[in-house]
Amino acid sequence: MATDAISTFRPDTVSLPLVARLHDWVTTVDHKRLGILYIVYALVFLIIGGIEAAIMRIQLIRPHNNFVSPDVFNRMFTMHGTTMIFFVVMPMLFGFANYLIPLMIGARDMAFPRLNAFSFWLTAFGGILLYFSFLGANGLYGAGNAPDVGWFAYAPLTSRTFSLGHSTDFWTFSLLVSGFGSIGTAINIIATVFCLRCPGMTLARMPLFAWLNLVMAVLVILAVSPLSAAQIMLAVDRYLGGHFFDTQAGGSAVIWMHFFWIFGHPEVYVLVIPAFAFVSEIVPVFSRKAIFGYPVMVAATVCIAFISMSVWAHHMFTVGMSANVNTFFVLSTMAIAVPTGIKIFNWLATMWGGKIHFKTPMLFCIGFLFQFLIAGLTGIMLSAAPFTWHLGNSYFVVAHFHYVIVGGILFATFGAFYYWFPKMSGKKYHEPLGKLHFWLFIIGFHLTFDFMHIPGLLGMPRRIYTYEPGRGWDTLNLIATIGVFFQAAAILVFVANLLWSYFHGDTAGSDPWDAWTLEWSISSPPPVYNFATIPEVRSRRPLWDRKHPEDPDWKYE
Amino acid sequence: MSTQPTVISDANIPWELPSRGRVGMFCLISAESAIFTIFVVAYLFYVGKSLTGPMPKDVLHAPIFFTICLLSSSLTIHLAIKALKRAKVGSFALWWFFTLALGATFLFGTAREWHHLIYDEGLIIQTNLFGTTYYSLVGLHAFHVTVGLLAITTVLLFALFGYVREEHAERVDVLALYWHFVDAVWVVVFTVVYVVGR
Repeated sequence: MATDAISTFRPDTVSLPLVARLHDWVTTVDHKRLGILYIVYALVFLIIGGIEAAIMRIQLIRPHNNFVSPDVFNRMFTMHGTTMIFFVVMPMLFGFANYLIPLMIGARDMAFPRLNAFSFWLTAFGGILLYFSFLGANGLYGAGNAPDVGWFAYAPLTSRTFSLGHSTDFWTFSLLVSGFGSIGTAINIIATVFCLRCPGMTLARMPLFAWLNLVMAVLVILAVSPLSAAQIMLAVDRYLGGHFFDTQAGGSAVIWMHFFWIFGHPEVYVLVIPAFAFVSEIVPVFSRKAIFGYPVMVAATVCIAFISMSVWAHHMFTVGMSANVNTFFVLSTMAIAVPTGIKIFNWLATMWGGKIHFKTPMLFCIGFLFQFLIAGLTGIMLSAAPFTWHLGNSYFVVAHFHYVIVGGILFATFGAFYYWFPKMSGKKYHEPLGKLHFWLFIIGFHLTFDFMHIPGLLGMPRRIYTYEPGRGWDTLNLIATIGVFFQAAAILVFVANLLWSYFHGDTAGSDPWDAWTLEWSISSPPPVYNFATIPEVRSRRPLWDRKHPEDPDWKYE
Repeated sequence: MSTQPTVISDANIPWELPSRGRVGMFCLISAESAIFTIFVVAYLFYVGKSLTGPMPKDVLHAPIFFTICLLSSSLTIHLAIKALKRAKVGSFALWWFFTLALGATFLFGTAREWHHLIYDEGLIIQTNLFGTTYYSLVGLHAFHVTVGLLAITTVLLFALFGYVREEHAERVDVLALYWHFVDAVWVVVFTVVYVVGR
């Protein structure tokens, strides 16, 4: 497909009628357009999922609040969790991987362009299916519409007896469909990285971004497939009268937990490894130094992926497993802190002695480093089984994993947005607005999630729609809710910045950051065919070699 | 927009990468293996936990003949690819047809077994845990056989109309890879359902 595209014809420079342009976007197999579709799609769902979170926080702003009913509250936390994991973070990361991997490894497209489009539309359909439940799932009077069983949907809540109507079915099939989309994208990423690298780009010379996304894709294949299998079993139970999770017929509710978390824990690393990938590209460029310890970074990532396959039952310490099983999962969970710590030290060592430029992408990466470290520390606290016996299913857990996903992954993703926005749009973003976004968001984030730890320690369980006054939770919940307004304002600034810069920003040029990877060697936005001549590389920083022929990297590697 | 060439260095590097078809198929096989693993784990976990009959030892009989059919289809598809690589298109079509016939025979065997279990033994997916896990696991495999047979039929039709030539050997080989996987999974399913689970 892509090789046919070498011509001077640029569809996006010709002014086509709106319908024709929309048709181009719907039928596209170009990895860059699909990448942007993924990202825009994820941004839309980020707003929706954020509104759901805001509804929950407003309900909890004071004791005995009546902003929403308990039923609506249940739907909100279920939809918020499902949306944020499956229809915000995953598509966002897939979008960046789609857009950047072929550009970074000197290829003209992904390995399977049509599979790529198919995967995107599966994911898009999955998200629409989930939200169609608000309209379409009202099958039975009083049974409710949107899913309300929690994002991990424990049995027997999902059985026909306790979940009347079709809300759970919408949840099941939406995740099944988008899961197949994710597996398709993962296959595509692996085949692209292995089969389409430009001459000279050995695995040891690939940008860390490509390496880490390769590891992410392997994890998607190993983690999302079990989820698909479990969803098929749940559908068999609900539609064909099977007994997989039916305790009345000898089935087990605990095996659903195992199957879900065999997916659920590696999924955390599916989400965070691409965030590592962003940081590993941004930190060196803004520190004006090559990444510290490249081989160790790769090894640590592979190690994290490997260990992450054997830690899932730390989500189940309160279920009542045997002491030996608990001990195994405590130790394996603690072990994962070692390679993660190595990565944090490598990023710090990259910054150490560098000439740091505090541009917006770098600010977000530094925020990531602080917050991801704290998230890791509370993670080690929770990895101790006796600690979880006290704090399992409390707001401490909620604060911990939001520290990972918002403080870590979302911060790194915002950094990526600002870093690659000039490449994708051809325009510079507005730097003061970017910094305003950062400061508003970091204030809102810490107000909400720092103060959320304490009601957890004081015994506030998650997923309650209201609480009694006078338990010491009131002020802390008020502060947490106030933080939400800062975060919402920050997101508004962010979207305004993207839109304003897209239409009125200064022209960025091909290489605004003086960076070193191949995507900055071509025009912004890149032409449809990416590279007129397929480049050849001799080191990890091909553009450094080109800019500094007197002192190229390949002499030292 | 500039489209200047981006030759980074003039070094002429010898460069060879694996075929994307094979890599993609190996990835798909890994994903499918993970799905099968979960179903196999569920089957083994629920062995002997059914509260009511019928039990596996009373109603299951190992389908030795049909297993031999399926496993030998791996050999015939291998011979078909080998013939195509040597540009013997007629020989390819013949071996390819044998593969289709052997696969279809296996599927007929599964259908006959299910008919017996449903109408003679009264075992359906709702009956007990054995029914649920048995029909799910064997059904998942039968579904994969069906998909493989549809793909094989498509290639056979192309071959009969003369569209399959030597240069397609690599692509057809990717399909053969999938078929070998379907056969290998049956070895696991057979062991779990008819040996361990009985």
